[in-house]
Amino acid sequence: MTVVTYREALRQAIRQAMVSDDRVFLMGEDVGRYGGCYAVSLGLLQEFGPDRVRDTPLSESAFVGAGIGAALGGMLPIVEVMTVNFSLLALDQLVNTAAALRYMSAGQFGVPLVVRMTTGAGRQLAAQHSHSLEGWYAHVPGLRILAPATHEDASGMLWPALQDPDPVLLFEHGSLYNVRADLADDAGPVPLEGAAVRRRGDDVTVVAYGGTLPTALAAADQLGSEGIGVEVVDLRSLRPLDAATVVSSVVRTHRAVVVDEGWRTGSLSAEVASRVTEDAFYDLDAPVARVCSAEVPMPYAKHLEDAALPQPADVVAAVRALGA
Amino acid sequence: MSPGRAARRHPARGGAERAGPGSAWTERDLLHQMLRIRRFEERCVELYSREEIRGFLHLGIGQEACAVGVVAALGADDAIVATYREHAQALARGIPMRAVMAELMGRAEGCSGGRGGSMHLFDASTRFFGGNAIVGGGLPLAAGLALADSMRSRDRVTVCFFGDGATAEGVFHETMNLAALWHLPVLFACENNRYAMGTAIARAKAETDLALEAARYRMPAWSVDGMDVHAVRRAAEAAVAAVAAGGGPHFLELRTYRFRAHSMYDPEHYRDKAEVEQWRQRDPIPALQQALLASGSLAPSDVDELQARVDAEVDDAVAFAAAGTLEPIETLYRHVTAAPSPTAPGGPAAAGTVPAPSPSPSPVAGADGAPGAARSPSTGPASAPPAPAPRR
Ligand SMILES: Cc1ncc(C[n+]2csc(CCOP(=O)(O)OP(=O)(O)O)c2C)c(N)n1
Ligand SMILES: [Mg+2]
Repeated sequence: MTVVTYREALRQAIRQAMVSDDRVFLMGEDVGRYGGCYAVSLGLLQEFGPDRVRDTPLSESAFVGAGIGAALGGMLPIVEVMTVNFSLLALDQLVNTAAALRYMSAGQFGVPLVVRMTTGAGRQLAAQHSHSLEGWYAHVPGLRILAPATHEDASGMLWPALQDPDPVLLFEHGSLYNVRADLADDAGPVPLEGAAVRRRGDDVTVVAYGGTLPTALAAADQLGSEGIGVEVVDLRSLRPLDAATVVSSVVRTHRAVVVDEGWRTGSLSAEVASRVTEDAFYDLDAPVARVCSAEVPMPYAKHLEDAALPQPADVVAAVRALGA
Repeated sequence: MSPGRAARRHPARGGAERAGPGSAWTERDLLHQMLRIRRFEERCVELYSREEIRGFLHLGIGQEACAVGVVAALGADDAIVATYREHAQALARGIPMRAVMAELMGRAEGCSGGRGGSMHLFDASTRFFGGNAIVGGGLPLAAGLALADSMRSRDRVTVCFFGDGATAEGVFHETMNLAALWHLPVLFACENNRYAMGTAIARAKAETDLALEAARYRMPAWSVDGMDVHAVRRAAEAAVAAVAAGGGPHFLELRTYRFRAHSMYDPEHYRDKAEVEQWRQRDPIPALQQALLASGSLAPSDVDELQARVDAEVDDAVAFAAAGTLEPIETLYRHVTAAPSPTAPGGPAAAGTVPAPSPSPSPVAGADGAPGAARSPSTGPASAPPAPAPRR
């Protein structure tokens, strides 16, 4: 066991992948000399050189598109986009090309591409650097959407993602990078599919992913001290979505709260809530509740940003309102 | 490079003298503007380390001549579109320093009501259209403003500031083409500070002569010494006059340098200290100051007087911002759309102001900030379990 940051767990995974397979390379804005805008790739340029740790011009559409092309050409690119907000400049490439190519070519061409990006708020970066848009991407068939919330997943998801013959988008919540935790020295690949129960409890199921997992766990701690047993399910993968794990938990607890940093309307939380009502309606003792971000562009001022984001207290209130 | 194309005269554009707040600036005023911007940003560093300013903070220390020289050429009715590195443009344009500092400190009295922060300064009264933190994001916006002016035959020019890095974005090329094709009254002011974060221009651009590149879109384009405020002003005046006279889009490459990190988080692994030192020798502020002293148009006592004025203005702005209020959380949903709080049914009661915490912000949220409906559980308390029904 070594204590590492989430950032270091990601870095080790990239490093390992590059050591293991020379088709793997990293590209993106300032991944090399600068060390990555969130310092994930710090030091990799020195180890692997500018060919495999490739600084790109500011041109999200171009370098994501080039990643697709390189993947088609037999490489295993890891493309870093600085934040999900900037990935919108590459939306066309991701949705119209990467996700559709295999289908359009009747299976002749696949895109074994991994795109990593930061998502989420909490650092007072305001309305163009803070949104949680992974739920949009989860709408798109042809993409695999991952949201590692733990160090095991941060270090273990990359390699299997690179083995996936189709495009994978990996969302790293910005509030997690500095979080320190134990990581086994032999921590290896993890399965990409399947939600995980991060905490057991019998009274209510709280579903979370990525940056909302710590929020859900904090709420569970508080409720636990009051004698309410909260089961916390970490979705881990947003597409495909493991509704079965959520449903089997709800079948036991009879209550569900979904925590999602995306906006509520048309969100991933809506999808999860639908699945629960479709598959566990008669097991529910109360309607499914949701705790999401306020439907505003993210404000800068700290107190407004806090007010806009799902907080542990909101989760606690939601659980109480269900009569758990 | 000289304008290669005969200016097409717009019927409504006489190319008349444009009078703006900066038109009457004397040499001493130019120095004053640069000094107040510099002092403002130096104070920002202190406030940032005390955590009174948060989020991303991008300083333009070293680049002041670009903003001041260009703004000096604008008329009162002209528009500015800027980037996240826009304190200088905002201050030179006349957004009160108090409102800018209050915005950086997240106060209700800020020019964006605390919703924007450093990267998103806005001010309708000076036609300052932000504060855009998507690299290249302001370019098509500026073209659109210019299109509206052109369609309405309004005698206005829109200036768009952006960096060297933005010229690699597809949207830059799309906008250059469109502006030239439609002959739009827009001035592209590219602050080439040689780096996009840690990426030197030669590592990002196949063509590093940005004026040459812009000229390929058939618009007059010049490279200018961006460390010389007179040179910038002269070039901007010529370009703005030509645009206003119906000459279509123009492009200025302002060759400059940022002395400090890209933002407060940048360890500067990517450039030599010696290089920074070399550029510091060309600091536009001492350069102008010395020239004015040498020519006798400024006495040493004038310099002291200017410094004192600038210090007082910055002190006042900081005091104003620190004493400012926090936007009440009840207004969280205000301004999402023009209609009042459409997403917060139940509507917040008229809210009082929340006093600003001091000295460092303590959490206000949660005190009594009733979360908006979208964050509350979607239902009220649990009703009785439904009657058993057949399982699917
Ligand atoms: C579309 C987009 N991609 C990436 C970023 C992250 N980013 C912020 S500033 C910057 C560098 C921009 O350089 P330049 O255009 O030269 O302007 P400067 O910062 O030098 O003023 C980058 C990469 C962003 N804000 N938007
Ligand atoms: Mg630059």
